[in-house]
Amino acid sequence: MSDKAKTFAPSRRQFLAGAAAGAGAAAASAASATATPDPLITEVQEWASGLGDGVDATPYGLPIQFEQDVVRRNVEWLTADTISSINFTPIHALDGTITPQGCAFERHHSGAIELKKEDYRLMINGLVDTPLVFSYADLERFPRENRVYFCECAANSGMEWAGAQLNGAQFTHGMIHNMEYSGVSLRTLLEEAGLAAAGDFKDKWVYVEGADASSNGRSIPLEKALDDVLVAFKANGEALRKEHGYPVRLVVPGWEGNMWVKWLRRIEVMDGPVESREETSKYTDTLANGVARKWTWEMDAKSVVTSPSPQAPITHGKGPLVITGLAWSGRGAITGVDVSTDGGKTWTEARLGAPGTDKALTRFYLDINWDGSEMFLQSRARDSSGYVQPTKTQLREVRGLNSIYHNNAIQTWWVKATGEAENVEVS
Amino acid sequence: MSKFPKVIAGAAIATALSLPAYAGSYGLGRTALPEEIAAWDLDVSPDGTGLPAGSGDVLTGEEVFAEQCAVCHGDFAEGVDNWPKLAGGQGTLDHEDPLKTVGSYWPYLSTTWDYVNRSMPFGAAQTLEPDEVYAIVAYILYSNDLVDEDFVLSDETFTGVELPNAGGFILDDRLESEKHFWNPEPCMENCKDSVEITMRALVLDVTPEETSAAAEPAEAVVEEAAVAEPVAEPVAEPVVEEVALDPELLAKGAKVFKKCKACHKVGDGAKNSTGPLLNGIVGADAGAVEGFKYSKVMKAAAEDGLVWSDDELAAFLTKPRKYMKGTKMSFAGLKKEADIEAVITYLRSFD
Repeated sequence: MSDKAKTFAPSRRQFLAGAAAGAGAAAASAASATATPDPLITEVQEWASGLGDGVDATPYGLPIQFEQDVVRRNVEWLTADTISSINFTPIHALDGTITPQGCAFERHHSGAIELKKEDYRLMINGLVDTPLVFSYADLERFPRENRVYFCECAANSGMEWAGAQLNGAQFTHGMIHNMEYSGVSLRTLLEEAGLAAAGDFKDKWVYVEGADASSNGRSIPLEKALDDVLVAFKANGEALRKEHGYPVRLVVPGWEGNMWVKWLRRIEVMDGPVESREETSKYTDTLANGVARKWTWEMDAKSVVTSPSPQAPITHGKGPLVITGLAWSGRGAITGVDVSTDGGKTWTEARLGAPGTDKALTRFYLDINWDGSEMFLQSRARDSSGYVQPTKTQLREVRGLNSIYHNNAIQTWWVKATGEAENVEVS
Repeated sequence: MSKFPKVIAGAAIATALSLPAYAGSYGLGRTALPEEIAAWDLDVSPDGTGLPAGSGDVLTGEEVFAEQCAVCHGDFAEGVDNWPKLAGGQGTLDHEDPLKTVGSYWPYLSTTWDYVNRSMPFGAAQTLEPDEVYAIVAYILYSNDLVDEDFVLSDETFTGVELPNAGGFILDDRLESEKHFWNPEPCMENCKDSVEITMRALVLDVTPEETSAAAEPAEAVVEEAAVAEPVAEPVAEPVVEEVALDPELLAKGAKVFKKCKACHKVGDGAKNSTGPLLNGIVGADAGAVEGFKYSKVMKAAAEDGLVWSDDELAAFLTKPRKYMKGTKMSFAGLKKEADIEAVITYLRSFD
């Protein structure tokens, strides 16, 4: 079953099946005199007569079988194997803003390890007054915070630099999730160890690393570490999943996902960056002239229409259509999203599901009466810093084609008269 | 004391419980011991801070690399399949598809040393001695034509090596170079004259495809799920046999197998990878996994009728390259007999 689920990707078949169902629905809603009674209404159904499952059928529930195509998927050709690899959140099939942990994208460098709370240790050392070791139980005794933040891999949309490649919002924009974290502020823990030894905080850093074989160490300026970074142990109310760093991960709001170290085991206050593998050979952005930008931590404002999209075609024909998507910014809150149905000639301000909040996903909607003609659907995010999401052309003018990371360009879906959608680039 | 004013209540509690007099006011955690800090604080900075004493030369490095690294990175650090290339690419950074290696891209040698020391080999991290790490890094430099073959890398010579792309990085300059993206009045109407498609994902066709079976509409899937139940019964039979396998040994074997996992897959849906698929390998003919390209020696052994009995497997796993000179399996071997027994038991559970 799970294998099937993993490979169950959108398809023309799925589209046709959906379209057929949609046609039926359309006929029913047309209230025509020729409509035959719907047996789902006129006949007593098995579920309306027999009994369902008892309360303990699934002590920890999974989505119902009809939703088994809403799963993470990977792109096999991207990486050498699945242990050091990434998969993608099925954003095309989700709504609202919170990502369920079970389908939130995974990125591991040495696989998802199993680390018991009892075996968990967090060390703080370096330029602190007293180097400390905390157990998991210790962390639970510090004052706790709850915050919702998005986590986006710096390589999200990275395959799209050179052109339209992957046909689906899950694959083009699915290296993102948005959860409510519960944990302790890193500031609290650093102050517990004492920062007098760090002297002037300017030009000081923390180096953070995980307990897995990759260690995935990253250097973070002390200023950020003392600002809004969390040491989190719960997400969406429950324990972190193994694949997201159980029992403890770092949350670095607005900054690239690679810095959100999982299985966090050590924090060292230092007088310079380590320049580890993940901040030199990777997660640096090569410009057209061969020079690379480094320390590009902030995620630029970005958005994408999640439906309709290649994996979520229009199956109901013309008439009322909900266009929806997600927007976010690492520099603050989303203040507005504009949607274009004509490839960027004209823009209409979309309705936000709720006011944008700091460094978290914002859901947007544009409710239209679709006339059945083709559309070039785009969305454009604006954030509280005044930044406006650029077009691919604008982005390439500055960065060239080889940056890999931080592609936040406007995405275009070509929605055809049939309701099918395709990832395209337009002039 | 901390520079930061603390919540008074917190300070009061700390005083009341007369907790240790360190800086914080919650009194949680304990002081890290020097031995503990030494065990975990392994990072190495560009100026060499953190390097242990030791040394290694290029030729030793070549041997260690062949044994520990070549299976993924190739004998000449040129990379196998999709695994990273560690050498070459100099002068390609401004090309359409730059090749980023230690020689062409990495700014600091400390990064290579640190990463090899803490995270490599893939699946057996933190098993290398400092001298081996020095030797491997010396060989990687040699593979990039950055040192001669008589070069010795040590904590003394380390800072004398400057990588070619050390100056190839600038700090994040988006606030300046992309200032025009901050635009108080983005265009809302008549923003462009025409819209033409310039590229289509479907033409490129690299999106993962579903298998035809999986593409059945939901209803058929439900049916299949129902059909799957009786299928589960025959599968249950070998499971009964598995019960005979010592569960403790099995668990231990699963743990040992983590060393193998980087290259070998087992279980449902497993495929050949860097190494062959290992389902049913115990008791099977050697060199017989379909679709895997074996070394010449393995093919020859297969022709001679080698069967992976417990004894043969144990001998192979003890020192693969000694048991079969020329095997592609560049794995140093399992030192403990108990580990070998456990991993064979584990493999048997995938018969």
